[in-house]
Amino acid sequence: MAETMILIPGRTTKQGVGLLESKFKKQYRDATTTVEINVEDMARLGLKDGCKVKLRSANGVTTVKCTGRKTEDLPPGVLFIAYGPPTSKLMGTDTGASGMPLSKHLEVELESVN
Amino acid sequence: MGAATKAKSEANIKTVENATCTFCGCLCDDMVLTVDMDAKKITKAKNACVLGKALFLSHEEEDRPFALIDGKPATLKEGVEEAAQILANARFPMFYGMSDTTCEAQRQNVALVDMVGGTIDSTTSVCHGPTGMALQGVGESTATLGEIKNRADLVIYWGGNPAESLPRHFARYAVTAKGMYTPNRKKDRTIVNVDVRRTKSVPVADIFIQVKIGADFELLWALRALVKGRHVDPNIEKRTGVSLETMKDLVERMKNCRYGVLFFGMGLSMTRGRHFNSAAILSLASDLNEYTHFIATPMRGHGNVAGADIVVSWQTGYPFGVNFSRGYPKFNPGEFTATDMFARGDADAGLILASDPGSNFTQAAIDHMKKIPMIVLDPKLTHTAKLARVAFTTSHYGINTGGTAYRSDGVPIELRPCLDSKYPSDEEVIRAIYKRVEQLLKTRKKTKGANNKRRKAA
Repeated sequence: MAETMILIPGRTTKQGVGLLESKFKKQYRDATTTVEINVEDMARLGLKDGCKVKLRSANGVTTVKCTGRKTEDLPPGVLFIAYGPPTSKLMGTDTGASGMPLSKHLEVELESVN
Repeated sequence: MGAATKAKSEANIKTVENATCTFCGCLCDDMVLTVDMDAKKITKAKNACVLGKALFLSHEEEDRPFALIDGKPATLKEGVEEAAQILANARFPMFYGMSDTTCEAQRQNVALVDMVGGTIDSTTSVCHGPTGMALQGVGESTATLGEIKNRADLVIYWGGNPAESLPRHFARYAVTAKGMYTPNRKKDRTIVNVDVRRTKSVPVADIFIQVKIGADFELLWALRALVKGRHVDPNIEKRTGVSLETMKDLVERMKNCRYGVLFFGMGLSMTRGRHFNSAAILSLASDLNEYTHFIATPMRGHGNVAGADIVVSWQTGYPFGVNFSRGYPKFNPGEFTATDMFARGDADAGLILASDPGSNFTQAAIDHMKKIPMIVLDPKLTHTAKLARVAFTTSHYGINTGGTAYRSDGVPIELRPCLDSKYPSDEEVIRAIYKRVEQLLKTRKKTKGANNKRRKAA
């Protein structure tokens, strides 16, 4: 069953190092296709590290792997992922006349695909 | 900055001192690079952070064609001709990128967009563009990172994660750096981190304030009210996730510090509220100047994204999202910003200089880029280069190409290249395109004049 959560894309060291090597190699691909989920949410949804989940926003859908984060690090209902091609699929085009698509506060439905 | 480059050759090993790392907005200019000139490899990068080491040590000149036209190898001249034809025939071209190249290339790019009457935008629009809009509205109390290092005793990071995106920010400028009035480094400073999640930047902080997602504006506005001595309802905690006591404690620290700084990241400019969030934090710093010295400054990601703002500003009067269709510059974010113009399908051609919107723009924008003739300049093969009509391979700024870049605080830094490249610089390619487009437009003008004369005579 899909559950609505808030996705925050951001920078990570792994993503930064990966893009310097190549955006078409494993390190960058892994960094940008792994979503961090609160461990309590993972347990409730029956997810384990490495499980694949589908993220669906009003604008698109993408499938990524998941990894757990402790509650004090990432609150329940919140997801984190490094910027990359998967996050492009989820962002909307409305920039509110600013030039900036809403990129860090994305409402997504999360669903296990295993 | 600092001593001049000292190069010594020993068995074809060169040492370049005071080289500049161009990965992030810190633009650390204290790199000591050991270069194996035979292997054309940088073997050591002393003082570099994890990202700087990856930049220098993974640098390898890929054996790619000078240009690709529709994916097929082409000469530089053929690439320039194709690119010039695209731009000379375009009615509404978008020029985008510029955050990872020299100011010299940026300047030339502005001249080209001016000549063809196109639109120019930089990665600022999807970075701190909203902050640029905010500071036009409410002003900015600012300083150099050097001043901050020497004076700041209260450092607040808000909505940013420098430990991962600007790894030397703490050691070089604001946390463990030894300053003139902060000789005991971190002991002389109080570090506060405000964020929606516990990032890798939190452990260095003395105080961590976890704000609810989407409530930064409310928290900033409540702090402004408290600074001005207004009543704030304790129920503010329900909205922001931060207790009134915590807010009051922070306000007391801010009012009573000797020199305070608010470093803010894209956790403010990219989220709900965008330029209102940036305006709120800039205004909070201004308010605090009634009590002490306080500044607010954005943390910038790409190496020369600040340079893009500065160069476009001194050439056009505006920092990003500038259109030349009427022969003079017009600024209008939302209308003349790249993601909007591509997503709406307005642009009929694109020139992407040192950026990769094909991997980070909205899908609608990427889909449109696939439909129109795109020109890309980049040292590496990127998602955008793959969808381009013409993709140039250029040399790497800072490693192969010298010039100027601006640090995130607006301080210009000279680049000290350490390796030659067979590929031309971004500036050289843009200049060549400019020259050819100029010829094409002159010829077209002459032909049009001659046709008009013939029509009148008939």
